[in-house]
Amino acid sequence: MAVATAHVEDAHHTSTGLNSRKMVFWAFLGSECMFFGSLIATYLVYRGRDTVGPHPHEILNIPFTSGSAFVLLMSSLTMVLALAAVQQGKQGGARIWLAATALLGMTFIAGQVYEFTEFFHHGLALQTNLFGASFFVLTGFHGTHVTVGVIWLWSLWSMAMRNKLPASRALDVEIAGLYWHFVDVVWIAIFTLVYLIQ
Amino acid sequence: MATTTADVLHAPAASQTGLWSWITTVDHKRIGALYGITAFIFFIIGGLEATMIRIQLMKPENTFVSPDVFNQLFTMHGTTMIFLAVMPLSASFFNFLIPLMIGARDVAFPRLNAFSYWVFLLGGIFINLSFFMGGAPDTGWFGYSNLTSKAFSPGVGVDFWAVGLQILGLASLAAAFNFIVTIINMRAPGMKLMRMPVFVWMTLVTSFLIILAFPVITVALVFLLFDRYTGTNFYVPSGGADPLLWQHLFWLFGHPEVYILILPAMGIISEVLPTFSRKPLFGYAVVVYSGIFIGFMGWGVWSHHMFSVGLGPLADSFFAITTMLIAIPTGVKIFNWLATIWGGQVRLTSAMLFAVGFIGMFTMGGLSGFMHASPPADLQQTDTYFVVAHIHYVLFGGAIMGIFAGIYYWFPKMTGRFLGEGLGKWHFWLMILGMNVTFFPMHFVGLLGMPRRIYTYPPNMGFDWMNMLSTIGVFVIIASILIFIWNLLSSVRNGKVAGADPWGAPTLEWSIPSPPPPHNFGSLPEVHTLDPLWHKDNEKLRQDVNRITGPIHMPPNSYWPVVAALGVTMLMSGMVFGWAVGIPGLLLAFVGIYSWAFEPC
Repeated sequence: MAVATAHVEDAHHTSTGLNSRKMVFWAFLGSECMFFGSLIATYLVYRGRDTVGPHPHEILNIPFTSGSAFVLLMSSLTMVLALAAVQQGKQGGARIWLAATALLGMTFIAGQVYEFTEFFHHGLALQTNLFGASFFVLTGFHGTHVTVGVIWLWSLWSMAMRNKLPASRALDVEIAGLYWHFVDVVWIAIFTLVYLIQ
Repeated sequence: MATTTADVLHAPAASQTGLWSWITTVDHKRIGALYGITAFIFFIIGGLEATMIRIQLMKPENTFVSPDVFNQLFTMHGTTMIFLAVMPLSASFFNFLIPLMIGARDVAFPRLNAFSYWVFLLGGIFINLSFFMGGAPDTGWFGYSNLTSKAFSPGVGVDFWAVGLQILGLASLAAAFNFIVTIINMRAPGMKLMRMPVFVWMTLVTSFLIILAFPVITVALVFLLFDRYTGTNFYVPSGGADPLLWQHLFWLFGHPEVYILILPAMGIISEVLPTFSRKPLFGYAVVVYSGIFIGFMGWGVWSHHMFSVGLGPLADSFFAITTMLIAIPTGVKIFNWLATIWGGQVRLTSAMLFAVGFIGMFTMGGLSGFMHASPPADLQQTDTYFVVAHIHYVLFGGAIMGIFAGIYYWFPKMTGRFLGEGLGKWHFWLMILGMNVTFFPMHFVGLLGMPRRIYTYPPNMGFDWMNMLSTIGVFVIIASILIFIWNLLSSVRNGKVAGADPWGAPTLEWSIPSPPPPHNFGSLPEVHTLDPLWHKDNEKLRQDVNRITGPIHMPPNSYWPVVAALGVTMLMSGMVFGWAVGIPGLLLAFVGIYSWAFEPC
């Protein structure tokens, strides 16, 4: 969807003066809020209803996940630097910071894969209990969003490598950035509600 | 009309013909036509399902269809009419009209628009394939858990249903994003928000409802699919789950969905009534605010679908009050429409008859709806034919009547020819007679205790003859639809030629030729009033908008939306058909989306 809306004339005069692609992306993020809102609400409604373990406090590893949350938050910083570099026409900076953002995102995904494997070995599968189902589906969808963002970032990076990301195309990076920051914000909500407030 | 030589046009030639030009089209008018034709075919299919239901219920202990088939019929009737008929018929009007009404050359994202149509078409075909591949869904259009669990619905019907709704949801979402941005960002100079026609306003409210409501059912269906495919316990009570989770998520989507179905029809008649009363809409601002208020309130009433589950007196009272509250803006609109007609120079054209029919029938549906806003009354009515009567007065008497008003009104704009007025009046009178004969007795049948969704009933319960009457009514409706189809087919070729503004209407779409050229407006109109073509400067406006003053850039045709739509649909339908369809779908979707993103436009 997000990629799909890309590339309509920037030059169009608009009623509000706002760019249409940016506006549709904000609408998309509004829709995404309802999506993650429903997933998080389900997790919260089902918290403490399990008839069998493992329960959250037995299995969630706050120090480890704090680390991966930190990695993801840092990727928002590098995303900002990537956009700034593209806006200033600095191809070198754009390449470095886009790659750094994507790599930080991949580190987060690696952390999630490790975490999921670890939980599985401690006896928590999708089918085990409501915690397993609602936790894996919620964090899994978040991880999928990060993965889509990583693919998007590498696509932009390959454009930068071919010098096809001049300052005039900064909007492409800005919209990817909106998506990336949104995914980060969702993780802050998940980390707080699922990990910190048990 | 001032016309200029076409050589300054950079637009696709108007004479583009052939199948390929339709498959690759990004023209909002053509996509609107495709939406309309496709949705009308699904409307016929949904109608045939309803006919079979009524034949089965014609007499007690009838054996026309088996209980199993009956379940599939009412499930697919509801699903088809809501997701494949009324919503896309509304989308057809959005597509055709919104750019014309706001003075734009196309929507904000023309290829996304094409994409949403193709996803809708493929999703509609997918969900109907279930009839030939092991049985259609049979758990009702609302698919309550845990009837939908693998234990109680082992067949593929529920899988087709859940995956099909996900695909159709994608189409609705793509279209809604597009129309939000189009309406906010593509208005002609001077067209402030409060100068937009009411239909545009209702489209905007509907689109916001779609983008906020569909994610909720997406999540509900994701849980269901996880339960069915991986053995999770989201809706399985033995694992500690609460099956009411489904009902809450479903109706949190489902009630805004009701307004998604009715607001566009309200918008349509808000255009038709002023034109044929020769009066501006009474209380324009109040009608707009009422529509917005309905959009907001639609989020606070969902549990009135769940009074019978026993949510407790506090929740019941809250949702009873909000439900009664939402009747206020609806009532305000009805009185505004009546005041619009009052004292006007009324012309009873077919479009006007349908619009007036809407007011009457929708009011009756509203009154019975208001009755089951009260929990004690609702407990008597729930799951009986009383509720069936209610929703059909609102959705058939309301949404479908409104849509037919729109078809008669804008058909001349779309094709350049009138629909036959004589046949149109036959259509209207037979339809309103047929629908009342069909649905009015259901109020009594329901209050006498006949449960809905049950394939038969014993004799001598006091409602045998009323069921027979309902079934007779269906055939009157069928007669009216046949007249309409005949009218449509003959008018496309031989209808009376309509000019640019055959009705003397106030809104911008009537300032340009019928059918409009591919680029719509030669130069973009300047709007200074709410009813620009009724303003004293309207002659100048009519000339200006048809004068081409500079190069016009129109988006070129593209086949990537079709490729992407096919890929995405195959990917999602892989959940039912397996990896052999899903993996090629994934690749196709990737190729389609990437090529689309990097295609110049």
